[in-house]
Amino acid sequence: MDKFLELMSEALERDTGTVKGEDLFREYPEWDSLAHLTVISLIDEEYGMVIPRDEFGKMQTLAEVYQYITSNSQQ
Amino acid sequence: MSYLKYERVGILGMAAAVPKNVYHNLTDNEYFNPEDARAIVEKTGIVERRVASTDICASDLCAAAAERLLSNIKADKQEIDVLIFISQTPDYRTPGSGIILQDRLGLPKSCAAYDINLGCSGFIYGLSLSFGLAKQDGVRKVLLLNGETRSKAYSFKDRKTGFLFADAGSACLISKGKDFGESHFLLESFGSMHEYIMIKAGGSRYPSSLETIKEKTYPDGSIRTDEKGVMDGNAVFEFAITEVPRQVRQMLKVTKRDMESIDHVVLHQANAFMNSHLIKKMKVPPEKAPVSLDRFGNTSSVSIPLTMVTELQAELRKPKSLMLTGFGVGLSVATALLDTPGLTISDLEEI
Repeated sequence: MDKFLELMSEALERDTGTVKGEDLFREYPEWDSLAHLTVISLIDEEYGMVIPRDEFGKMQTLAEVYQYITSNSQQ
Repeated sequence: MSYLKYERVGILGMAAAVPKNVYHNLTDNEYFNPEDARAIVEKTGIVERRVASTDICASDLCAAAAERLLSNIKADKQEIDVLIFISQTPDYRTPGSGIILQDRLGLPKSCAAYDINLGCSGFIYGLSLSFGLAKQDGVRKVLLLNGETRSKAYSFKDRKTGFLFADAGSACLISKGKDFGESHFLLESFGSMHEYIMIKAGGSRYPSSLETIKEKTYPDGSIRTDEKGVMDGNAVFEFAITEVPRQVRQMLKVTKRDMESIDHVVLHQANAFMNSHLIKKMKVPPEKAPVSLDRFGNTSSVSIPLTMVTELQAELRKPKSLMLTGFGVGLSVATALLDTPGLTISDLEEI
């Protein structure tokens, strides 16, 4: 989870430590369409997975995103 | 999955044409401040684009490319039995531009000529069809033309699309020949996603009206009429990074090849963010994937032949294995794997 949050802080251009699992990421001032694109892109690079858009749309917190990745990754 | 395989048919030569007029994304768009423009250009990688004046159509760019090609390889126009014009910006709603080009290029009446409506995957679709037709005993040569004035299809005041699209035309002559190696094509359609890239109004479903030519302002500040293109960039990105690597893997599998045996991977020039991601994901060394979008933008179905002309002219004189992949409007994805003998590639034409 720490590695994932570090990746998300990179994607969102926020300081590490200011990005927490329980955060409602869409409320970050940095969240916009480009940030969304970067998040999807980095998750694909790191975990080899493109989260389907209707699934991603339902996710509120970064913990939920991480949860989805771990339960759907092929390893 | 549609899979086509040919032998002893291939490309004799290629040419491309662009408008002379250069549009500088960092400085020429008066609707966005310089910081916004810089941020968009950084992501898209498109610094310059060729934008046609109002009196230049896609067919004009194709005619220029075709004239250059046919004189360059000294082709006998009487031998061209089929002309295919692929575009989403034809001259008129009726008749098609392909049939007008038959006359304009001085091709005989015995030449079949028609239009096909396809976008970013259109060059591969066109090649696959041209190869099939050229294999016929009754067809000697096929002239494949891809032309677009995409810059006119989108609003320059649109944050999502106002910096991407550009204009170009290409010509490609196809014929039988014993020197041509195997060629393979994979063609797929995703029609459920047709709204992701769309020009809704001005056709038969939503005809032009006073309402459709009104400029509207959207929540992100973008301004456009309903007769300009819209694109859900994030949805298309997610689609492309899923389906393109999958189709390319499938091509390698059906042909029992590996990426190392491919000399050049020519991707549709969508934008730098998407293309860099695709190249990394498909483990293609960057030097194998030529880039023209920084100077020529996204020219839809012309981007693959344009990149071959501007970036690979010298390389393609020698025999090469090429992987070509187009993806976009439809949505639609198509990949070709070609083993080409030396090709004649004309110098870029500017009109």
